[in-house]
Amino acid sequence: MTEEATVLLEQLSNAFGPSGNEDDIRRLLARTLSDKVDSLEADALGNLTAFKAGSGPEPRLKVMIDAHTDEIGLMVTRIEKNGLLGFRAVGGIDDRLLLAKRVVVGSSRLPGVILAPPVHLAKAEQRKNVIKIDQLAIDIGASSEDEAKKLVNIGDYAAFDTRFQVLSTSGLRTVTGKAFDDRAGCAVAALLAEEDYPVDLYLSFSAQEEVGLRGARVAAYRIEPDVAFALEGTVCDDMPKKVDTSPTTQLGKGPAITVMDRSFIADRRLVQLLRDTAEANGVPYQIKQPGVGGTDAGAIHLAKTGVPSVAVAVPCRYIHAPVSLLSLEDFDRLVALMKAALRALPEYWKV
Amino acid sequence: MKDLMKKLTEAYGPSGNEEQIRDLIRGEVEPLADEVRVDTLGNLIAVKKGSGGGKRVMLAAHMDEIGLIISYVDKKGFLRAQPIGGVDLTTLVGGRVVFSDGAIGVIAPEDRQGYRKEADLSKLYIDVGATSYEEAKHRLGQATGFVRPFADLGQRVVAKAFDDRIGCVVLIEALRTLRDTPHEVSFVFSVQEEVGLRGARTGAYGLDPEIGIAVDITPAADMPEAPKLAMVLGDGPCIKVKDSGMLAHPGVKDLLIDTAEANQIPYQLEVLDRGSTDAAVIQLARSGVPAGCVSIACRYYHTPSEMVDVADVENAVQLLTALLEQPIEL
Amino acid sequence: MDTVPLLTSLSEAPGVSGYEHQVREIVKAEFGRYADRVWTDTLGNVIALGQGTAPEPRLSIMLATHMDEIGLIVSDMEGGFLHFQMVGGYDDRVLIGQEVVVHGRQDLPGIIGSRPPHVLPAAERDKPILYDKLLIDVGRSPEELPDLVRVGDLVTMKASAIELKGGLLAGKALDNRVSVAAVAVCLEELTRVRHPWDVYAVATVQEEVGLKGAITSAYGLQPDLGIAIDVTWAKQPGTQDEYTFDLGGGPIIGLGPNFHPKLQKGLEDTARSLEMDYHLEASPRVGGTDAVAIQISREGIPTALIGIPLRNMHTPVESVSVKDVERVGRLLAAFITGLDEDYLNSLVWDLGLGDDDD
Repeated sequence: MTEEATVLLEQLSNAFGPSGNEDDIRRLLARTLSDKVDSLEADALGNLTAFKAGSGPEPRLKVMIDAHTDEIGLMVTRIEKNGLLGFRAVGGIDDRLLLAKRVVVGSSRLPGVILAPPVHLAKAEQRKNVIKIDQLAIDIGASSEDEAKKLVNIGDYAAFDTRFQVLSTSGLRTVTGKAFDDRAGCAVAALLAEEDYPVDLYLSFSAQEEVGLRGARVAAYRIEPDVAFALEGTVCDDMPKKVDTSPTTQLGKGPAITVMDRSFIADRRLVQLLRDTAEANGVPYQIKQPGVGGTDAGAIHLAKTGVPSVAVAVPCRYIHAPVSLLSLEDFDRLVALMKAALRALPEYWKV
Repeated sequence: MKDLMKKLTEAYGPSGNEEQIRDLIRGEVEPLADEVRVDTLGNLIAVKKGSGGGKRVMLAAHMDEIGLIISYVDKKGFLRAQPIGGVDLTTLVGGRVVFSDGAIGVIAPEDRQGYRKEADLSKLYIDVGATSYEEAKHRLGQATGFVRPFADLGQRVVAKAFDDRIGCVVLIEALRTLRDTPHEVSFVFSVQEEVGLRGARTGAYGLDPEIGIAVDITPAADMPEAPKLAMVLGDGPCIKVKDSGMLAHPGVKDLLIDTAEANQIPYQLEVLDRGSTDAAVIQLARSGVPAGCVSIACRYYHTPSEMVDVADVENAVQLLTALLEQPIEL
Repeated sequence: MDTVPLLTSLSEAPGVSGYEHQVREIVKAEFGRYADRVWTDTLGNVIALGQGTAPEPRLSIMLATHMDEIGLIVSDMEGGFLHFQMVGGYDDRVLIGQEVVVHGRQDLPGIIGSRPPHVLPAAERDKPILYDKLLIDVGRSPEELPDLVRVGDLVTMKASAIELKGGLLAGKALDNRVSVAAVAVCLEELTRVRHPWDVYAVATVQEEVGLKGAITSAYGLQPDLGIAIDVTWAKQPGTQDEYTFDLGGGPIIGLGPNFHPKLQKGLEDTARSLEMDYHLEASPRVGGTDAVAIQISREGIPTALIGIPLRNMHTPVESVSVKDVERVGRLLAAFITGLDEDYLNSLVWDLGLGDDDD
């Protein structure tokens, strides 16, 4: 993986973008891609579509590569008299992950902290209970409602304040950061634009996946692709367990292909394309545990008269948590796999 | 017709894996239809062109059945599964599953005593008789159906997957017995209904019908301690008023009622609080489609031993053909 | 316009999801007084077009206000009594002891009955009775009943609209007939001004059971902008402050992923220019109104939501401030009048590429 690619992943991960507020990601991707693609446009939902014409003979397949720009985040829903901010989740967050975390709030990216009771003062019985989100508050340092209102508004978005970090530069080459679901997918998609393919590429950086696959749905309707690939950062539950059950995916075992999840059943030909391509190119891969999770492919495959679709992902530990972890080995392999698959696709699809 | 019921219900076809049942149905409808095609998601569409001047009609029955997908192969070659569709977890223990290649597996609980208290799929596993992980690992991601032979009880018949192979039977028989029709009728054997009405949604978008009628099963309530519903075996096909996903278009509902009464076909009215059919998504295609549903009352739905009444099926066929042979004004 | 008689007739008309024909006639007549054309589409949405003055092809805005109400449906008959299910979402606890109208072969008054407390053990009186254990009694014998009522007949709450003090109106189906009235106010105002854009006022069907009318009407009309008007929660004991608003405090403008931020700001600007009080409703979740369906129609539509605060939602005693209804109508009309040919350009997301067009 090039230095440039790591920097791109870092920038995307650090950028602020809860569902409905993806401007920073959009602009970053637009800047990155403007000299690599033929056109860039944003639609009513905030999807960014980067089109790159293929170099093969016509008629060329229209391939939609989807990665979502939004991350799970928070929204300020009340301002208390004491200047603290009440909030709710945008997208699905486990309440237990919120306690004592650092966040950034609103368009000025004000730093804030989510309060947590001091251990000394919490009764033993209370410490056994989960504190629900409606009992939590963000402190930006304001000491009154009036002061807070000068700094933030009801409806302002907040995101976890997590900085990208490299943990190791050999072996698994692990990195940590927030929102690898799905900035990892966005980075992979953006890197695909570096090369030429025999197919027409519609890189669809979709908005609002976390609140109902909403961006991808309208993007697919507009693009009318022949096939679609959804690129994700996906569940990786490979910590040691007492019983022999599925880890969903495993770090270091390569890109994870979805055969079926809660949102769609993958087109078998596309699954086979990915498997055959991986094997032909010596790329290790894994099959994600079927029946778990959902992706933009769930919305894309039902557009108009149907779109054959597949999802393939970088395994990420601790997705939907303030800090996730992935292996750049897996990341690089996904990029390599997708590049090779796009080149192999026309022959494959003909048969 | 019982032979057709047996053939279709015993076929393999969990959602997303409908090739085998599709081939069977294709064999049945090809000699009867003017055009047969398969669309992007795999719906089988058999078109009867009609004499002209009528409407574009879409009839839908889903080919897919509920099943399980293998989600993990453990170190010893035992398999774990996730559901495909609304599998009734209380019906699984001791049951047999079948893979697309015909291989059989047994569903077993980790703890037979404990499982009696609470049905939980994560506490079940499938034993395909493998002696090692190596032998079974290729099963990861494969889909299974359930194994149960068709049984003829006379007036009543029992099989797995009457939901919705019986709807497919009704459509095939309607196509077979239909004489003249002014309408262009698309008999759609849809895919992936059980996982979210997916095939019907894209199928309806493509066909852009002027009226849509699904044929599916509905729970019967004539068994001991059944929830209070109006539908029973033997009182005729059910004309759906409402289910949890749809209010039938009143015009379509009335059309079905009028047709039944005019042709002295017994019928029941159906109001259901849980469960829906392809009609619910056909209704929402493009700028809206008047949609309704004819249901076959069915005991023990989503178990491997569903039961329907043969007369209800025959009457459903008659109802549909009578409707198609007349002009449609809503 | 005197809104109270309109609100009253809208509130009292039956119009359960999927069976909106009676209220539809009232809406067609009312919208028809101000619109250039009124028609009904396939699922029964009423669409009224107020033509704009700009040259063709004109941009269009869709106003969506659902006219269906929640109700009940007869699901079975037993011993002269009627079993029922819900059409839309009631809290089971409000059903017991209500007077209803069963729309069978004729309209039959009935009661959702309960066993008298005298014969019940105390412990049972502490638990709510869920709908599947309740029965409707229309006071007929088992022999008479099949001639009058069938499985599938709809049931509405019996409730005449009443005026309370403080300019409040209470009645059934104010969710969402108040918004229908607000749109009528808007349409009337628009007849007095020139507006460049076409306005499609759509009284949608089946919102309460899945936003169905909005899905299909937005698809058919392909508007350039969409605004849904629906009710939102008013302050009352037992509710949380962050979700509720004062009755009579003015229109509520939605903010969150479902709503285009520039459209939302545009409505705020309009309210301020009218010196009208308003509040913002932060919605981190996407759900609950026709706006959800409109935003993702076809290739996507910039969408906004205007709310009217309402107490006791989804009961026969819903209550609103009549002034709020009128304010929403005026806000909509003022906003629409201000829409010009350039408005859509102002909604384009800035990609930060400087003078690049795309």
